[in-house]
Amino acid sequence: MTPPSMPVQHSEPIRHSEARYRLQRSVGRVALYALMVCIALIVIIPLLWMLSTSFKLKSQLFSREIYWIPKVITLENYTKILNNPSTPIALWFRNSVIVATLTTVAKLALDSLAGYGYARLEFPGRKQLFGLLLATLFLPGVMFLVPNFVTVARLGMLNKFSGAIVPALASVFGVYFMRQFFLSIPKELEEAAAIDGANTFQIFFQIVLPLAKPALATLAVIEFLGSWNDFLWALLVLKDRAVQTLQPGLRTLQGAYTSEYGLMMAGAVIVALPVLLLYAFLQRYVVESVATTGLKG
Amino acid sequence: MVTGKRKFNGVPYLFILPHLIFFIVFVGYPFFNGLYISFFNYDYLRPQATTFVGLQNYMDLFRPGSVKYYEFWNSMRVTLVFVVSSVPFLILIPLGLATLLNTKLPGTNAFRAIYFAPWVLSCAVISLIWWWIFQSQGGLLNYYLGALGLPTPRWLSTMPYAMITIVVATIWWTMGYNMIIFLAAMQDIPADLYEAGRVDGANAWQRFIYITLPLLRPVLVLIIITTIIASFNLLGQPMMMTRGDPRLPNGGGATEPVMLRIFTEGFVRPYQGSAAAMSVIVAIIMMAFSLVNFRLFRHQE
Repeated sequence: MTPPSMPVQHSEPIRHSEARYRLQRSVGRVALYALMVCIALIVIIPLLWMLSTSFKLKSQLFSREIYWIPKVITLENYTKILNNPSTPIALWFRNSVIVATLTTVAKLALDSLAGYGYARLEFPGRKQLFGLLLATLFLPGVMFLVPNFVTVARLGMLNKFSGAIVPALASVFGVYFMRQFFLSIPKELEEAAAIDGANTFQIFFQIVLPLAKPALATLAVIEFLGSWNDFLWALLVLKDRAVQTLQPGLRTLQGAYTSEYGLMMAGAVIVALPVLLLYAFLQRYVVESVATTGLKG
Repeated sequence: MVTGKRKFNGVPYLFILPHLIFFIVFVGYPFFNGLYISFFNYDYLRPQATTFVGLQNYMDLFRPGSVKYYEFWNSMRVTLVFVVSSVPFLILIPLGLATLLNTKLPGTNAFRAIYFAPWVLSCAVISLIWWWIFQSQGGLLNYYLGALGLPTPRWLSTMPYAMITIVVATIWWTMGYNMIIFLAAMQDIPADLYEAGRVDGANAWQRFIYITLPLLRPVLVLIIITTIIASFNLLGQPMMMTRGDPRLPNGGGATEPVMLRIFTEGFVRPYQGSAAAMSVIVAIIMMAFSLVNFRLFRHQE
């Protein structure tokens, strides 16, 4: 190996080895890209298969040959599940939008208020109370399944959207997330406003909250995704077909048809498309939020 | 300005109370109520039939020979098998992907976005997709395996294939999450360390082993713990792909994890007291596990 400090005497062989090094490097690059593309295909193929199947007639599903682009492209699967009263997927879609939106909005309001309280406001026992909240983040969710179901049933919230929304508002993650953000902004702005005679609410709503827009947007994306994708709790509390959301709805769909994979994939597309679109536009937000919260939480 | 006396200030409580009320009702209260319910024969549909049974629900789970005992511990075994067979892949594959993306070649951001994409889908969607891919009739996988002259097992209904389908679907679904966290941690490693390694003549593999891995250790430990816990919570994939099947001769299913057992016990059958007792045992195991790990980890730091 040639140490870089060695004086250059023979320019010919060194140039030669440099060329070889460059060649090796570009071969290496091509190999890396090839690998990355292969992995990307593994990720994408199941999604393409879902899409392709959703446009196929049942007769095409079990043919000897597999056609990635259907021989006959049909919208029948979509029209069928949209019009079948036993699998009202349009209604489920509406229910999911309502539940996810209300959950997200309510969480943003509660969590930004509480986060600011724990970050900046003085009251006795603040540290201990917040410590208690944080400690519950480490409790396994399974502990709360039966007792919260019982509470929801007793409060008469079974088969109502409130049964899906209200227990979710107890979550501590958003409070922690907003508190961390409020701690990161400089105190001087708030102190200056206080000297000018603004009260705590004015400071919060007029100065702090406008600064928190990026944090609120990130939290909104996380919470909307979480609520939209929630499977187990929605399955437990929203049992009637009329109030079901899309995720347990897919399970109903799976049970309602046998080997009608085209219909099921059409259902899966309807459920997956909104989040994939959301992801396509807000990809950076979603990925960054996982990168930052995943390390801490 | 200084008055010397502290006046009670109610404003902070207006900020924290709205959340705290929900927290008390749906985190604080159920923490104790779950334990309380586990001492009863409880059916929410017939509250008048509730009877205090003491430790009976627990004793049923620890009395060998009963069906409940077998079903519960079988589901614990299945959960353990899933954890052991999924977690190594859920660590190593994301670690590899993150290393691949950390080369800073042009276009890696696009690949990062693609690899992470399945994670935004719901459990129900990915389960349906893979359930269809693994079907014996018309399934994509067996079509290509058959075309290549390879064996075409009945993936979803025979062992060990049924467990493999769940592991594969889970890896495909969640590998992007750990990848993003690994990648973020790798990008925090100062570039001059690699430069120094290069000057000392370390090749890419040596730089990975002697620079990247040691500096990644804290994150690695955290990811291993959170991934084990996440795998312990397995529910939706077996519920939709295998329904816990194939059935075992003594009752219970070969792919029925403990969460699915609890779901069946408390919400398909009317035994919520018994389901609460199972939840308590599972929660204790999970908490003990995290505690031991965090302790071990802290000691080594």
